[in-house]
Amino acid sequence: MSFSKEQLERYSRHIILKEIGVKGQKRLSEAKVLIIGAGGLGAPAALYLAAAGVGRIGIADADRVDLSNLQRQIIHSTNDLGKEKALSAAESMRAINPETRVEAQVCFVSADNIGALVADYDVILDGTDNCPAKFLINDACVLAKKPFSHAGIIRFRGQLMTYVPGQGPCYRCAFREPPPPDAVPTCSQAGVIGAMAGVIGSLQALEAIKYFTGAGTLLTGALLTYDALTQEFRKIRLPRRESCEVCGTHPTITAPFDYAGAVCEIAP
Amino acid sequence: MEKHKAEFSIAATEDITDAVCPLTFVRAKAALEELEAGDVLALRMNDGEPVQNVPRSVKEEGHKILKLTDNADGTYTLFVRKTGE
Repeated sequence: MSFSKEQLERYSRHIILKEIGVKGQKRLSEAKVLIIGAGGLGAPAALYLAAAGVGRIGIADADRVDLSNLQRQIIHSTNDLGKEKALSAAESMRAINPETRVEAQVCFVSADNIGALVADYDVILDGTDNCPAKFLINDACVLAKKPFSHAGIIRFRGQLMTYVPGQGPCYRCAFREPPPPDAVPTCSQAGVIGAMAGVIGSLQALEAIKYFTGAGTLLTGALLTYDALTQEFRKIRLPRRESCEVCGTHPTITAPFDYAGAVCEIAP
Repeated sequence: MEKHKAEFSIAATEDITDAVCPLTFVRAKAALEELEAGDVLALRMNDGEPVQNVPRSVKEEGHKILKLTDNADGTYTLFVRKTGE
């Protein structure tokens, strides 16, 4: 298939880039991305990936848009208050780019549904705000051999890493298991700068675009941290852990599971 | 035009006289990506900005400029040989 004049114009700033070109843009149009969480991180990631011409984007969230979300979740507007976030996000994405096929999934991810969800997509973006969900996504992606982008934000800090099967550590290699409940506050309890979600969610979109187009190198085997107060980025090397419970040599986790008592609230 | 046909055979033609920068180059680049290495593209463009910038941009992408001819109607035709990646 070749692009129409209109498509060449829409994606012209991509096509001009040596690292993307027509070939890279075609790969994006055939790409399938699942974004888990239509909150702070998911908002910019979903908007940029739709605008970039990603062929199919799934967006999963069971929450409804709340007034306290609008300080950072820029995919929703004041008119969307009370609406399902997945549906509100899908509307914004379709408005930016009607060429992208958007699949709104009004559900929270759990051990029961995550396998079927990730199976349909090439790359998964973790836009959740709690550790149990992050481990669930990690385990499901490792077991299904799906690349995914982990990210987290709190207060003035953010971090992200990329997992690609066979290329470096998974999230569990680095973080082992969720901290005890309440040891780590979610951003609803601790607060977060709205623009932080924009920075880190956009970096997740970039990782997905680079994965599909083959441009540059990914954050595999590295954790990128960002401190907005000092404006410092740091890239920390992460080794793969041979004894990792899910991606190690003798894995003990063979199916995704939910941590007991975990409240699966996604990006409130 | 007859003379060029004797020098090299043209695999495709693209008219970008309806486009402005940077779409002129985008359309040229897209047309070149459809071709096989070694194929020649005839690219018709307007005098002025396109004729100043498109040949240079195409060259920067690594393709070979064979000839630029003045069509004497305010347009030029650029003949480009696609190089393999």
